[in-house]
Parts: sequence; structure tokens; C-alpha cells
Amino acid sequence: MSAILEIKDLCASVEGNEILKGISLTINPGEVHAIMGPNGSGKSTLAQVLAGREEYEITSGEVLYKTEDLTDMDPEERAREGIFLAFQYPVEIPGVSNTYFLKAALNAIRKHRGEKEIDAVDFLRLVREKMKLVHMDESLLRRPVNEGFSGGEKKRNEIFHMAVLEPTLGLLDETDSGLDIDALKVVAEGVNVLRQDDRSFVVITHYQRLLNYIVPDFVHVLVDGRIVRSGGKELALELEEKGYSWLEAEVGALATA
Amino acid sequence: MQATAETSSFLTSAREASAQLPDPTGGPLAALRQRGFERFEALGFPTTRMEDWRSTSVAPLAQSSFVAAPRDTKLAPEDIAPHTYAGTCSLVFVDGVFSTELSSQPDVPEGVFAGTLQDALEQRPAEVMKHLGQYARLDEQAFVALGTSHLQDGFCFLIPKGVVVEQALHVLFVSATPGVAAYPRLLIVAGENSQATLVESYVALHEGEGFNGPISEFALDANAVVDHYKIQRENLSTFHIATQQVYQGRSSTLRSHSISIGGRLVRNDANGVLDAEGISCTLNGLYLVDGDQHVDNHMRVDHAKPNCYSHELYKGILDGGGRSVFNGLIHVHPDAQKTDAVQSNRNLLLSSNSLASSNPQLEIFADDVRCTHGSTIGQLDEDAIFYLRSRGIGDAAARSLLTYAFASDIIERIKIDSVREEMEEFLFHRLPHGEIVRQAV
Ligand SMILES: Nc1ncnc2c1ncn2[C@@H]1O[C@H](COP(=O)(O)OP(=O)(O)OP(=O)(O)O)[C@@H](O)[C@H]1O
Ligand SMILES: [Mg+2]
Repeated sequence: MSAILEIKDLCASVEGNEILKGISLTINPGEVHAIMGPNGSGKSTLAQVLAGREEYEITSGEVLYKTEDLTDMDPEERAREGIFLAFQYPVEIPGVSNTYFLKAALNAIRKHRGEKEIDAVDFLRLVREKMKLVHMDESLLRRPVNEGFSGGEKKRNEIFHMAVLEPTLGLLDETDSGLDIDALKVVAEGVNVLRQDDRSFVVITHYQRLLNYIVPDFVHVLVDGRIVRSGGKELALELEEKGYSWLEAEVGALATA
Repeated sequence: MQATAETSSFLTSAREASAQLPDPTGGPLAALRQRGFERFEALGFPTTRMEDWRSTSVAPLAQSSFVAAPRDTKLAPEDIAPHTYAGTCSLVFVDGVFSTELSSQPDVPEGVFAGTLQDALEQRPAEVMKHLGQYARLDEQAFVALGTSHLQDGFCFLIPKGVVVEQALHVLFVSATPGVAAYPRLLIVAGENSQATLVESYVALHEGEGFNGPISEFALDANAVVDHYKIQRENLSTFHIATQQVYQGRSSTLRSHSISIGGRLVRNDANGVLDAEGISCTLNGLYLVDGDQHVDNHMRVDHAKPNCYSHELYKGILDGGGRSVFNGLIHVHPDAQKTDAVQSNRNLLLSSNSLASSNPQLEIFADDVRCTHGSTIGQLDEDAIFYLRSRGIGDAAARSLLTYAFASDIIERIKIDSVREEMEEFLFHRLPHGEIVRQAV
């Protein structure tokens, strides 16, 4: 089977500043890749570029999603093709109901696939089921998207959206940040039940802790816009112990050599 | 300022109207009209040199000429059916003139008067003349003077002490003939501890020019509660210049919502005088402009006594080359301690050619008050758009959704279901991909 995502030597910049400086990464169906790295190293930028944020200019390189060029697809097209980004900072949208918005999103995806709109009863059933998965309070359904949600509620809501939309590629940008251990377990469980042979995840995190619950197939370390090391799940433990400075030093040495 | 040649067609009309219209009160009404004419003659049309009219030029109106209402325009019920609201009683005015055939009989408790101003003047002249013209300031305001010189047609709502009118009344002003000037007058007198709900709407059945210059006076006695909705939506060639003057008694509550969807030039002056303690006054609004429309909302709330609450939230959506002006003044008099006043104006610019001007002001002469004001002029939040798109919603639909959400903040405050739903429908139709918006809110 071919790769779900193939990134080749990707460079991206914003307002003339290069942030991603040649990233290559291949993600096969069913795999979970963790991306770790210091603040400002470009993790969110990578996730946003993959989701289609137009602010970032791709200056060189290639991104293939299911063998097709991703770079000229609109964000909504990517979403309909099965890419989902759980935001590091989910956006509050006053006046737009969480559930109805999700229904419109689901229907946009279904329409794209040539399926008919979900009927109200089936949608309600689906929502109930997925809500249980992330232990989300029902009141959050009726409220406007993310408005006044606590940090943890916002993160759960992202996973809830993902569970309803059932993407092929889930990009989770620090979905664990700010969660207590119980919430973290819930979020991880939400991801784990979605794990299957034809669905892949990129999990961006600062903490090895999350990776105890969402066990990755690969761990990559992003420093200053480059993947400086890749390994198995044990790499996360090593980072937890030693921090990033030894890698940053290596990169520095490399750059000046 | 003296009347100029520009004002002449209006001046002639004002002179004739004030001299010739019948007076069922045998004197006082004619005298009021005469005063209106004299003040309009003295004041002339406002110019952009005047502070209150700096951003709105009425020159195009002053240069137009209009005729008086034909008084015999006949419309079929199906002409007006799309403009009535389920669950309300419609009182219909065609080109400013009351139509018995098109109107329903209000279902109101005994003692309530809800009908035309003429009938009210015939049946209860003393009561009407006690209030009519007592609040709107014809001495200073040219359009109040002009409207008063033509004072004849309109709606009168007298609610006696302690009476609750459950049925919402809808006064519908239909412009049926192009080129007509109408000066509807509204008088709402809510007695002590009474309650009522009024919808006031303006529509046009043609695309031609027209002028509506309504003047409404609201007098609320102690503990009265009045809900008021004004919906202005004639056509793109209409001039609409309105004055709403509110006078409130102790612990009374007015909740007024004004929605302006358009005209060529629209100006709303809403003024509230809070002249007793414990008053609550809400003046909210929404305006949508596109093309070369211009909407100006001017508000002034006078806090004359302590412990009153006033709230103003005006939101505007500007597209095309649309222009809007918001000018809100909260004036807190020295006696008005513990005033609680909140004023805010938020503008959403959808086009780089649109222009919003916003000027909220506070004048505070008391020292123990809580007053806040603020204004914003901005575009749609790109982060929000990206968030919506990243979930599969298309770009245009995402923009419509956020625009709708911006407006719904005001729309959802409308308590009459049929009025609120009609406004929602209007937006679904007006916004691109409205069917997605309909599903997502
Ligand atoms: N829109 C933008 N405009 C300007 N600079 C940006 C923009 N987005 C990102 N950057 C810069 O790019 C760099 C990488 O940012 P990014 O958010 O991708 O880092 P990150 O690895 O996700 O960090 P964190 O761990 O703190 O979330 C930072 O220096 C950031 O300031
Ligand atoms: Mg980040």
C-alpha cells in the first residue's frame, strides 16, 4: 500500500522568514508519528501547512497526500479528503453552535464523497456516541464553538470533532497541553479507538507522558525547522531525560562544520 | 440657518400642509403644525457644517422633490401579506395613509386605544394632546419640525394604567407609489405598570424614490414595560430620516431594537430621557449596507436621575461601497449618581470600499457612575475562517457563517418569533451559501 503522506524536502516561510527548512517525512497507513521539539521549532507551522493555511508560503519541496499533490488544495478540500487538524489553540466562534457547525462540516465531507446528508436522528446518535468517547459534557454541544470553554474542554472538543469526522490523517497539535492526567487519558483513549489500519496520526507534543498512552511507531525531533533525529518510541524517553540541548548542540555543530 | 432655495419644495409642502390640514382638536393641532412649519422655515435642512450632521449629507434629499400621498392607493391583501408577521396584529398604512381594508382589528383589553392618530384625536383629544409633540424637539431638529408641519397620519397607542396588552401590534408602512413623501407619526403612551409590544416596519413595493420621515414619541409612566422593534427596509432609492424620542418614568423599561436594511440614505435619531430613578433603557440596533447605501444612527441618552441603566449595542455589516455612521452620546447629569451605562458599536467590513465611522461619547457630570463605551471596526477573523475551512466548510460559506453569527447577536434578541425568523431568513437569502449557514446555526 502506498504512503498516506509523503513530505519531501519541504521549505516554508512566513513574511519572508523561513520556518521549515527542508522536512522529509513519510507516513504509512496505520502509523502514528510523534513530533517533538523545542518551542518555536516549527511544529505548529508544519501542521498548519499540512492543513492548508495560506499564510505560509511553500518555497520548495513536495507534499503528497495519498499520492496526490496537496499543495494546491484548499483547506476545505483537504478536510473533505480526510485531513483533520486538532488545533493547538482552538478558535472561539461566537454565534455558531458547536453541534450544528459539526453537522455542516460532516455534511460537507459526505457531499464530497457523494454520500447523502446525514439525517437528524442518525446525527444525534453519532454525536451521543462520540461524546461519550471523550467524556464531554452535553452542554458543550449546545454552546457556540469553543466559546468560554476551558482549555481542557477545548482540547476534548477537538478530539470530539475528529471522532465525528473520522479522518484518514489526524494531526494533533499539542492536544495534551494543559490537560490533567485524567483528561489526558480520555483524549488518548479517544485517539486510540480511532486507530486503525487505514488511518494515520501525527501527534505533536512536548511530553513523553502522552506517548505512554498513545504509543507511537516513530518519534521525530524537530529543531529549527529541520528533523534532526528520528527513532522509535524510546527516543521520547531519551528526550524526556536529556532535554533538547544535546540535539541542538549537534545541529549547531553540523551547521558550523 | 435660514431656509435656502434647496429647501423650497419641502418648505412649500410644509406651508401648505400646516395651513390646510384639518384639525379635529379645534386649534391645538393646527398650532402645533404651524410651529413645525415656522421652525423648519427657520432651521432649514441641516448641513454637514453642523456637528450632528458632519458625516451625513442630506443634500440629495433636499434637492429632490416629492409629492404628498395620493390617499386613495388600493392594494390587495396579497401585496402586503409577505410583509406581515404571524402572531401580530397588522395595522397597515399605504403611502402613509391608514388602510382599513388591509388592517386587522387589534385584540386589546378595554380602555386601550390602538389605531390611527386621527381617530385618537377625535375620540380622546385631551389625552393625545397632552403628549403629542411634547417630547420630540421641533425647536432644534429640522426633521422633527418638518414632520410636525405635516402632522396628520399615524398610529396612536394608549395603554391605561395596569393594563397588559398581550398581542403584539405591528404598524406596517408600505410605500406603494414612487415619489411620495410620508411623515408617519407614532405616539405610544404606556400608563403606569402597563405592558405592550410594538413592531414598526417600513417596506416599499417599488424600486423608485421615496421619502419617509417618521417621528415617534414614547412616553412610559412608572413601571411600564415596552418592547419595540423597528425594521427599516424600503428600497435602495429611499430616503428615510426618523426620530424616536423616548421619555421614561420611574422604574420603567424600554427595550427598543432597530434594524436598518437599507435605503439610499437612512438616518435614525433615537433619544432617551431617563427622568426618574430605576429606569432601564435599551436601544440596540443592526444595520446592513451595501452598494452606495448610507446609514447613520445617532443616539443620545440623558441620565437625569440616579440609579438608571442604559444599554446600547449597535452592530453594522458593511459591504460594497456602503457607509455607516454611529454617533452615541450618553450624558450623565450631576444628579444621576449610580448610573450604569454601557454603549458599544461594532462594525464588520466585508469590503475594502466600505467605510464605517463610529463615535461613542460619554459626558459625565456625576462622580459615582459605571459607564463604559467602545467601538470596533474590523474584518472577519481569518483564524476563525481557517478553523471552519479546516473542518470542511467552504471559504464563502465560512465567511457567511461568521457574518451571520455577527448579526445574530442582535437578531436573537427579538422576542417575537415571526419577526426573528423573518430576519434570519432574510440573512440566509442575502448571504452567499445561506443554506449552509441555515444548517450550521
Ligand atoms: N504567522 C506567523 N508570522 C510570523 N511568524 C510566525 C508565524 N507563525 C509562526 N511563526 C514563527 O515561526 C516559528 C515556529 O513557530 P511554530 O508555532 O511552528 O513553533 P512550534 O514548534 O509549534 O512551537 P510551540 O512548541 O511553542 O508550539 C516561531 O519562531 C514563530 O514565531
Ligand atoms: Mg506549536
